[in-house]
Amino acid sequence: MNVFFITTSLLKIIGMIFVVILPMVSYAVYAERRVSALIQDRLGPNRVGPAGLFQPIADAAKFLFKEDFTPAQVNKFYYWLAPCLAMVPAITTIAVVPFGSTLLGVPMVIADINVGILYVFAISSLGVYGIVLAGWASNSKYPFLGGVRSSSQMISYELSLGLAVIPVFLLVGNLRLTNVVRYQIENGWMIAPFIGDWANLGKWLLAIPMITSFFVFTIAVFAETNRLPFDLPEAEQELAGGYHTEYSSMKFALFFLGEYAAMITGSAIIVTLFLGGWHLPLPSLHGGFHWLVVDGTAPGWRGVVGGLFNIATFFVKVAALLFMFMWVRWTLPRFRYDQLMRLGWLFFFEIALVNIFIVAGILAYFQF
Amino acid sequence: MSPILFWFFALLMLVFGAAVVVNRNPIASALNLVVSFLGLAALFMSLDAFFIGIIQVLVYAGAVMVLFLFIIMLLDLRAERLRKINWVASAGGVAVALALLVQIFYVIGHLTFSKQTFPPLARSEIDDVHNIGLLLFGNYNLPFQIIGVLVLVATIGAVLLSKRERR
Repeated sequence: MNVFFITTSLLKIIGMIFVVILPMVSYAVYAERRVSALIQDRLGPNRVGPAGLFQPIADAAKFLFKEDFTPAQVNKFYYWLAPCLAMVPAITTIAVVPFGSTLLGVPMVIADINVGILYVFAISSLGVYGIVLAGWASNSKYPFLGGVRSSSQMISYELSLGLAVIPVFLLVGNLRLTNVVRYQIENGWMIAPFIGDWANLGKWLLAIPMITSFFVFTIAVFAETNRLPFDLPEAEQELAGGYHTEYSSMKFALFFLGEYAAMITGSAIIVTLFLGGWHLPLPSLHGGFHWLVVDGTAPGWRGVVGGLFNIATFFVKVAALLFMFMWVRWTLPRFRYDQLMRLGWLFFFEIALVNIFIVAGILAYFQF
Repeated sequence: MSPILFWFFALLMLVFGAAVVVNRNPIASALNLVVSFLGLAALFMSLDAFFIGIIQVLVYAGAVMVLFLFIIMLLDLRAERLRKINWVASAGGVAVALALLVQIFYVIGHLTFSKQTFPPLARSEIDDVHNIGLLLFGNYNLPFQIIGVLVLVATIGAVLLSKRERR
């Protein structure tokens, strides 16, 4: 525990939150509006600044200066606490995600703990308190129904979420997220384990359960972040806005931004577990064709460029997944509540469970 | 770990633990218990037992208490708040807790090794998850399997009890 470690950690934390996550959250809202406009053949916000790029700033100013109204019958303390609890877990989760290789010898992960993925589950499972408390403290029936729906939905889908990652750790044999990325660099990404070992039948067979696992995990993340087609807790047509009906101005904005922050961390976790993290193989013809692994270990400026390239790769992957989240939202209709529960308990739970046995069987039979 | 952090988290745990008992509002009690669990998890982590600490948060704060909160919210809270405090029972509870505290102090005070300082624990080269796995599936395999069967029976029982009979 020395000064260098503390300084670099602080820099990483501050940089991650204020330079990366928060701007990304506000521009995700902008992107959502533009993408929805694209899908519905509209223009979307394009008036503030070039192509509407200053829209998030205008929105933030509006949220801050609006009247902050507190209804009379609410439970004041919990009514104020709920928006904070909605935002904090979403941001805290990012601490264990490796968002790059190394930069000037500093590993690009805030806390590389040996129980990384469990930490992610533990913190994200606390996210439900914000929504539940908002629903309860508002002392109003629609928010309450939203809160109840949200908690049962999150508990149900946490099971498939947890079971879907077990195949990954059967392969890696370690819960540390940097090791998961390291494994994928050496043995091919989790959704394509046959890369680099093309003739091996076992690796091809392994791809089937791994891709299943990827889909179950991604769909469970949709449910955990209350995104369409699983946005029952805030279904406008049924619940007049759901758990945040009674909230206004910045407190409402915190719920809104918390949802996008959860989306970003969810995408970051998917990228780390299944899509190779910060790794992007570059083809090289220098001395015969081979794949080049770029990271920050090279000396001098090449290392710096490599490290920056890895960070950029990671966030481009996250952005691509965010686009997919938006695409799905504006394409699919909402599920009915009993359909949502049936899907979670009767399909995804079983698929994820059987998947574990299939992966274990393949691993035991082919012995890689 | 620095003693300041130890005292901070220990105090956090105790204060919020007491608040669980003192609070009249069941929701507030449940949330105080969550904070108390978080303090306990931090204490585990300060002993380098990351796995136990994280599981503490994941299972108790993240799953069990969410279910508790879920149930409490569906209850009528006014009845609980209007109930009169039974002073005799409260005094009895405090007395029992104090008696336990005195006993613990007495026992620890008379242990010979409670006054000596131990060297810090050696850092393991292997992950604690790995160690726990080896113990669980090696030394304690049979008890582990029996617990698995027990949990399965409990799950089936819960499903059976909550299933509505069709007529």
